[in-house]
Amino acid sequence: MQEEIFISGRNIPNIDPVLQVWHFPISLYLFLGGMAAGIIFFASLFTIMRKEKDFPTTVKGAMLVAVIAISVGLVALMYDLTHMFYAWQLYTTIRLESPMSWGAWVLLIVSLLSFLWVFSYSNEMFPKWDWKFDFIKKFQAYVIENRRTIAMILLPLSVILGIYTGILLSAFNARPLWNNPILGPLFLTSGLSTGAAAIILFSKNHYEKHLMTKIDLALIILELGLIIHLLMGMAAGSAVQIEAMQVLVNGEFTVMFFVFVVILGLIFPAMLEGIELMGRKIPSIIPALLILMGGLIFRMVMVEAGQLTRYLY
Amino acid sequence: MRYAMVIDTLKCVGCSDCVVACQTENNVPEGFCRDWVTESVSGAYPTVELELKSERCNHCSSAPCVRCCPTGASHIVEGGIVLVTPNECIGCGACIESCPYDARFQHPEGHVDKCTFCHHRLEKGQLPACVSVCPTKCMYFGDLDDASSEVSQLLKSRKYKVLAPEAGTKPNVYYLIK
Repeated sequence: MQEEIFISGRNIPNIDPVLQVWHFPISLYLFLGGMAAGIIFFASLFTIMRKEKDFPTTVKGAMLVAVIAISVGLVALMYDLTHMFYAWQLYTTIRLESPMSWGAWVLLIVSLLSFLWVFSYSNEMFPKWDWKFDFIKKFQAYVIENRRTIAMILLPLSVILGIYTGILLSAFNARPLWNNPILGPLFLTSGLSTGAAAIILFSKNHYEKHLMTKIDLALIILELGLIIHLLMGMAAGSAVQIEAMQVLVNGEFTVMFFVFVVILGLIFPAMLEGIELMGRKIPSIIPALLILMGGLIFRMVMVEAGQLTRYLY
Repeated sequence: MRYAMVIDTLKCVGCSDCVVACQTENNVPEGFCRDWVTESVSGAYPTVELELKSERCNHCSSAPCVRCCPTGASHIVEGGIVLVTPNECIGCGACIESCPYDARFQHPEGHVDKCTFCHHRLEKGQLPACVSVCPTKCMYFGDLDDASSEVSQLLKSRKYKVLAPEAGTKPNVYYLIK
């Protein structure tokens, strides 16, 4: 038997507020950032393939959603900083060994380029809108001409942004549940899948919807595989990792994780999408919303559960 | 130079004087502490063992907090002391998450705060506040690169451990256990 107590006012559960510092704003950002990365990935991919006409929602409406999502995510990130007015310090240095540093830079470049992207489509999306000044119109024409160049930059950056949401967590060896290299690919896959779901949600084009449903189904199957991979890797790990895994499989977050993420957020919508692809009529809003909900709850579970796990010394 | 703290768990009585001394010396805001005392009991009657430890930032040689800091606010200075520059800290919390010892906290003013090995006292040639007040003199402070220093001698002659060595942080706070 070994028992440890703190005899000098530290680490008292539910009283000491300082050891779990990341909560909902971080989960919200990881979700919105991942979803935006997914949308931007598909929009740039289709643009590079010169298929913009076949995917009107992806390159226009969904990109607007992505820009709004990134902006809301950035507000959430800023809100979470306790020394908010020093946030500019992020952009005075690049530290490659700190995921948050290069992530902040990637996020800055991606948001600027996606703003430009939506700006270039503004007249197509809002035909009545007039930019009034000639130099803005000239600049817009210039951006429209260079849209493929923007897409070529955004494609790799969106992948980095998607992976970054996972790497941000997996870089901390002090939180064993997070400290898993599969978290990057897992969050990227989940981001791509929620991005595809967002496109399905807003698309009115049958071809676009059908293809995105196919892609989304493949991504969900991949994501389920990666989740199994995550759990198996933990189960085969050291005592610290086996202990950490209990939070997900036999502890506080088990119901949240398996019911709301795995079943309602992945397996059930995947079945609905499968049935839809076989030709049955199913309102595509149902699987799309379930996937988005599952994606958000997945981030909430991982952020909160990870902070409960620690080294056992 | 490599500063290290050596704490004799056999001499510590868990009075928490080190905690209070630190709070007073460093104006630690109410409700927070940069060091703390743990009491772990192992075994079963009649062979029960009690171990008391005064814990704090381990000023790791391979510090995960310094690695993950996005602005460079967490940095290592002469002697291997890990410090935080408040004006460069954005309060993102990454270093708090990265610390296996949970040694960092968010100061009410927003920046992250933690043990500094009383850097300001060392500059004046004084010992850290916690070491200087310990009534059982169970804490030692010195330079590990100097083979004749008290801490080097203690680590040579006594059996010791560090906390969570498997985390790979190379901590510089040592606990004498025999």
